[in-house]
Amino acid sequence: MTYFGDANIWLPFVFAALMGVSILIYVVLDGFDLGIGVLFPLANDDEKDRMIASIGPFWDANETWLVLSVGLLLVAFPSAHGAILTALYLPVAIMLIGLILRGVAFEFRAKAPAPHKRLWNNAFFTGSLMTSLSQGFMLGMYVMGLEWSWINVAFAMLTALFLTVGYSFIGATWIIHKTSEALQIKAVDWAKGGIWGLILGIGAISLATPFVSARIFDKWFSWPEAMYLAPLPVLSALLVFWLWSMLHKMPYAGDRRSWQPFAAATALWVAAFAGMAYSFYPYVVPEKITIYEAASAPESLFIILIGTCIVLPTIIGYTVLSYVIFRGKATELRYD
Amino acid sequence: MSALKLRHCMELETLLLSRIQFAANISFHILFPTITIALGWVLLFFKLRYNRTGQERWMEAYSFWVKIFALSFAMGVVSGITMSFQFGTNWPGFMEKVGNIAGPLLAYEIMTAFFLEAVFLGIMLFGFSRVPNWLHTMATFLVAFGTMMSAFWIIVLNSWMHTPQGYEMIDGVAHATDWFAIIFNPSMPYRFAHMVLASFLTVSFLIAGVSAFRWLIGGRTEGVRVALKTAVFAAAMLIPVQILVGDSHGLNTKEYQPAKVAAMEANWETDTAVPLILFAIPDEEARENRFEISIPKLASFILTHNWNGEVKGLDDFVTEDGEVLHPRVLPVFWSFRVMVGTGLLMLLISWTATYMIIRRKRGVEGLPKPMLCALVGMSFSGWLATLAGWYTTEIGRQPWLVQGVMTTKEAVANVPAPLVLSTLIAYLAVYAALLVAYVFVIFYLARKAARGEDIGTRVAPSPAATPKAIPME
Repeated sequence: MTYFGDANIWLPFVFAALMGVSILIYVVLDGFDLGIGVLFPLANDDEKDRMIASIGPFWDANETWLVLSVGLLLVAFPSAHGAILTALYLPVAIMLIGLILRGVAFEFRAKAPAPHKRLWNNAFFTGSLMTSLSQGFMLGMYVMGLEWSWINVAFAMLTALFLTVGYSFIGATWIIHKTSEALQIKAVDWAKGGIWGLILGIGAISLATPFVSARIFDKWFSWPEAMYLAPLPVLSALLVFWLWSMLHKMPYAGDRRSWQPFAAATALWVAAFAGMAYSFYPYVVPEKITIYEAASAPESLFIILIGTCIVLPTIIGYTVLSYVIFRGKATELRYD
Repeated sequence: MSALKLRHCMELETLLLSRIQFAANISFHILFPTITIALGWVLLFFKLRYNRTGQERWMEAYSFWVKIFALSFAMGVVSGITMSFQFGTNWPGFMEKVGNIAGPLLAYEIMTAFFLEAVFLGIMLFGFSRVPNWLHTMATFLVAFGTMMSAFWIIVLNSWMHTPQGYEMIDGVAHATDWFAIIFNPSMPYRFAHMVLASFLTVSFLIAGVSAFRWLIGGRTEGVRVALKTAVFAAAMLIPVQILVGDSHGLNTKEYQPAKVAAMEANWETDTAVPLILFAIPDEEARENRFEISIPKLASFILTHNWNGEVKGLDDFVTEDGEVLHPRVLPVFWSFRVMVGTGLLMLLISWTATYMIIRRKRGVEGLPKPMLCALVGMSFSGWLATLAGWYTTEIGRQPWLVQGVMTTKEAVANVPAPLVLSTLIAYLAVYAALLVAYVFVIFYLARKAARGEDIGTRVAPSPAATPKAIPME
């Protein structure tokens, strides 16, 4: 590990890790509130209000993790930011418009006159759907090396669908935790359906990833590297099994274990994400630019790192605090 | 030959469309931070007055304006996300060349600010009955402080693009040599002060306008009264300060970006005793003004504080082989005039209204109906002046992206023009709809509040559906 004394090596690595962690936090946190948006048409009006109430105090903080992820990509790996986002121009634009629609619909649906509420409910659903689909599409394109060919686009459309269902799954587990009675029972059903999206999505990406690049293939299927990866599929299978058996017995008496599906879903995301990070390292633009080639100058990275070391723990602390303050079942959101 | 020409044409179109797209996105975005930067502090002021006096009217004002804050903040967050992607999708050359400097500044903007606000916003909006009062006050402070820091870092970067220093170029890439010099670059203090004041003025006129509207339609509560008075007094106090700061900012620009000032004044030739042009249609082809109406010597006096001072003209910024290194004159000239004109109107209205309020201590009752209507009409005047000001300074920097370091053309992504055009149209459609909805909802909430209806509930499930798990109070 001696080469970690070289700032040209350890700084990009640290930033890649930070970026990875923020993307992971983003897909879990915004994943559940995007998923709730996707599930919107399945709920009646009262349930819609309670679903919104369950994410109201969190959603904008959740979305800032996307800003941080893209921000880190932008400031730490500028050339990769350009290469990736120029290649994904159209899905990025669709995602941004989706994010705008759903973000403002949150506010407008509560403040606009009652007859307009349906319009904003639709905007919230449409925006969430556009965002989820385009993120899934980008994930697929990224795995396939950011090349626009028919086969890759077809694959990306598949991952778009799976990620959307996956988000609605984690959204459903959040509703299970934050609500009670009829809506909770409904959410258990949604989760039972949504888990398939997650399984198929992880499966599809796991199947495709090693065949896109010989380098990743070797990492997966040669000894002893295969050993490092082995715990991930085993862990994922266990988690899926646990979720499956739990969901079929829910809800438990006295609301016991209502947080566990969300926790298990989060663990599943973490496992899937760790597998991807392990496979693609050291590339930030798949098979083209490594994190070391794309990194900013060490002096600049160091300046950013100082700020990050102060700010990140604070942010995590406050995030936890806000989840504690607004813990328990979602109640009416009031400004007083 | 013609294929080459076509490609050149496409590149130009991509550049122009990308610029319009960036302008559209950032214009839409800046509207909302312009409100939240100052509204956070105004809310803190209301909260502190409430803590001190215990009078309900301050909390009444707080609870109405915190909703406008929430709405504006949400609009700011979502339109801000667009900005962080724009660099990569449309302007990859920018970060490749000056990323070592822009990167840390943007990082600090995102880290120290965005998060502080977003995390504490939940407590500020919905925590009043859930957390101790001091924590709620502190959350309000941190949201205001975070929003201000956000503005600080982004202004630092923007100012550095106008007056870069503290760096060296190695293999065509900028490397930082002196962070103090980068942060406190020559135009930063002026631009930051100018923008913060612009934000306070925007909010003052918004609060005055909406409160006047509520007063007019019969919602004459104590909360409306204090909000209206606070806003009118704040506007009257701040506008002369803003005019002075604006003047110093102009002098600073004259020193570092003389081409911009020449364009603002539509002054083609370097001369002494230059007249101030009130009206003209600058003609880029003929390099002269049409239909000019001017006041002799005044531009020299304003810019050099000397009636016969020398002012640089636009012709100085054309190279010998005909390359134009100054911005297009017409948009800079006119947006500057719109800004100044709006500012003067703000001065007139806020001073007259203040006079009417303090005259014989009549208070808000001293405002006649036409004045109240004028205030309603001025509700969004801050937006107009702020946008016009930004257009002046940003178009005024062209053809440079970073003054003297890289041109805008160098940074643009090679995205096909039709793709840029189609996304531009989509953005514009969404923005137009949202802007209408935003203004509509503000006045809708005002009408609802004036009728005395409860607007405290953000989402209101029917009583049957309200879960009992957690007591509200």
